[in-house]
Amino acid sequence: MQRRTLVVLGVVLFAAALLWLIFAVWPDWLIDAIGRKKTFVTTLLNGVTLGGLYFLVASGFTLVFGLMRNVNLAHGSMYLLGGYIGYEVAEATGSWFFGLAVAFLVIAVSGILLQVAIFRRMEGDELRQTLVTIGISIIAADLMLAVWTGTTYQFDTPEGLYGAVVLPVISVIKSSGAPVFIKYPMYRLTVLGVAVAVGIGLWVFLNRTRVGMMVRAGVNDREMLAASGVNVQLVFALVFAIGAGLAGFAGVVGGTALSIAPGEDIRYLLASLVVVIVGGLGSVTGAAIGALLIGLAEQFGLAYFPTYAVVLTFVIMVGVLAIRPQGIMGTR
Amino acid sequence: MFGAAGKSSAYPLGINPAILLVAVFLLGYPLFASDFFTFQIGAYSLILGTIALSLTMLAGYGGMVSLAQMTVAGFAAYVMAILGTNSVGVMGLGWPWWLTAAIAILGAALLSTFIGAISARTEGIYTIMITLAIAVAFFYFVRQNYVIFNGFTGFAGIEPPTLFGVYWRDPMPFYYLCLAVAAFFYFAVLYGSRSSFGLGLQAVRDNPRRVRALGINVFSHRVVAYFYAGAIAGTAGVLLVWFNGRVSPGLVGVDMVIDILVIAVIGGLGAPIGPFLGAVAFVLLENFAIDLIDRERFNTVIGLAFLLIVLFSPDGMLGLWRRAESRIRLPRANALWGARANRDDWHSASSPKRM
Repeated sequence: MQRRTLVVLGVVLFAAALLWLIFAVWPDWLIDAIGRKKTFVTTLLNGVTLGGLYFLVASGFTLVFGLMRNVNLAHGSMYLLGGYIGYEVAEATGSWFFGLAVAFLVIAVSGILLQVAIFRRMEGDELRQTLVTIGISIIAADLMLAVWTGTTYQFDTPEGLYGAVVLPVISVIKSSGAPVFIKYPMYRLTVLGVAVAVGIGLWVFLNRTRVGMMVRAGVNDREMLAASGVNVQLVFALVFAIGAGLAGFAGVVGGTALSIAPGEDIRYLLASLVVVIVGGLGSVTGAAIGALLIGLAEQFGLAYFPTYAVVLTFVIMVGVLAIRPQGIMGTR
Repeated sequence: MFGAAGKSSAYPLGINPAILLVAVFLLGYPLFASDFFTFQIGAYSLILGTIALSLTMLAGYGGMVSLAQMTVAGFAAYVMAILGTNSVGVMGLGWPWWLTAAIAILGAALLSTFIGAISARTEGIYTIMITLAIAVAFFYFVRQNYVIFNGFTGFAGIEPPTLFGVYWRDPMPFYYLCLAVAAFFYFAVLYGSRSSFGLGLQAVRDNPRRVRALGINVFSHRVVAYFYAGAIAGTAGVLLVWFNGRVSPGLVGVDMVIDILVIAVIGGLGAPIGPFLGAVAFVLLENFAIDLIDRERFNTVIGLAFLLIVLFSPDGMLGLWRRAESRIRLPRANALWGARANRDDWHSASSPKRM
């Protein structure tokens, strides 16, 4: 009881400090200590939106693992392939949203194929499944390099999401007394909104629908679910399709926020790995917490101590593993 | 020939003529091979094989598939460049080679121990994920860090010493140096696998819970295994930096990390000869695939080879050889071999049981 009170107190104090940092006009000593307020707020927003993007990628990864115990190390390749396909379709049709839909569907179908052709054939042999997906990601990376070369692609931001919004956050007050507000790209805020929407959607799907109930039952006891008359393979294929599709979806969303190029597959695979290790394998809530932590750590690292930014991510991972080897929300 | 040596691994100093033949071949190889084959193929295969041997040791005997072994070797290579001399003008403290090499190997072993301590509380696929994350994080770290690791450029001009009047980067001496190191660790792993520590490690692989119940410390067995594997990989890393003369983030990039896994798996994780077989196949393919297909598509070829091996012969080339041999020699004993193969199968042994 005592400990809990302390934790709650800590959280409240932290939240209050954060809100003060965001909304108050910074006094001079604080600016001297950690730099301009604009840098801080922009970094914070960058971190949160990057966390949203990481959540989109990692939630599919963790969903697939939670139900089927399949570690799909080709997940990063699916992200990149989704980005490329979305780009091609968006270029051809001129509609970004159509590209997004096609990327989701194509990658979802490729996920089903992977599940049927590979994972179903070696069920229960986790290590071998992992190795197979490594093989697939090697080939996929090389073939994508052959088709789309080493060029960096950049989506056109879709109509209506262009430009910057003025946030109700004052960065400094000019000597004339006029406040300067902080601006932030509209599209990045949308990414955050989409991530939150997907997170809520997944929660509703898993907790409030019949199929979601089957999925949760499958996570707890696969054999028992099959014994009670559910076509488990169908549920598996569906979950794999959603998980893979989310990676393709994230490929377009992330490719627009940043860019798509060879090597991004590894970057997002690393992000997914660290996010689910920190958050706990198989937990969507854990993926959200982990994604937020890693996104913030990465951006604050880049802004405040660039040469050691990766170390911060790494320290978080090691710290979590040392205290809770199963991850923050993980269960064994 | 190689396979026979692998199979008779039960008596490494024994009288099997196949072993003698292999030994004579390996010792006499530079006498008839060209400089290119001695250095680029022979020595490089031995170095990669030694790094992969450290993975085979962890995965085959310990059931821990660590993808960070290349990172450990790369760390040793970086230490050589940082503490020794390089031509880039960043770091390069100019310490004597023997001190640098000793520190590099010890440092690699300690890094490996640290990685082991992080990942050894988890099992199976968690180990793969954590070690892969560590490997990729190390890659991004050395690429971003210009103060110590000189970022994207890395280091160049790292030379082996001239000792006893021999310049050790000349193909023939370097080949023998690599051969000596590889043979030393090969026999060390063979010997270690039958020591009480090695047997304990294999017991940990097969059933951690039972071993724990016997009062053996599972965690420390695993971490010590990581220490030894780190020493092996670190020594190979020192050779690798002498071989390349340079070290950059590409050396510890995901491609190389995965290549070591590919080598170990293609060769077979069942016996310490496996990684060397895999390394020879890999290096030959890397150098001569260009004649068959576009050089650019090398990764597709090696990826397909890896995929086929994992799909159809999980115990690698060693497994292919054993099956072929048993089919030729002992058609009736197939069932027996099958049972044996199952017992030795590292997958069934190392995949974590759901509790």
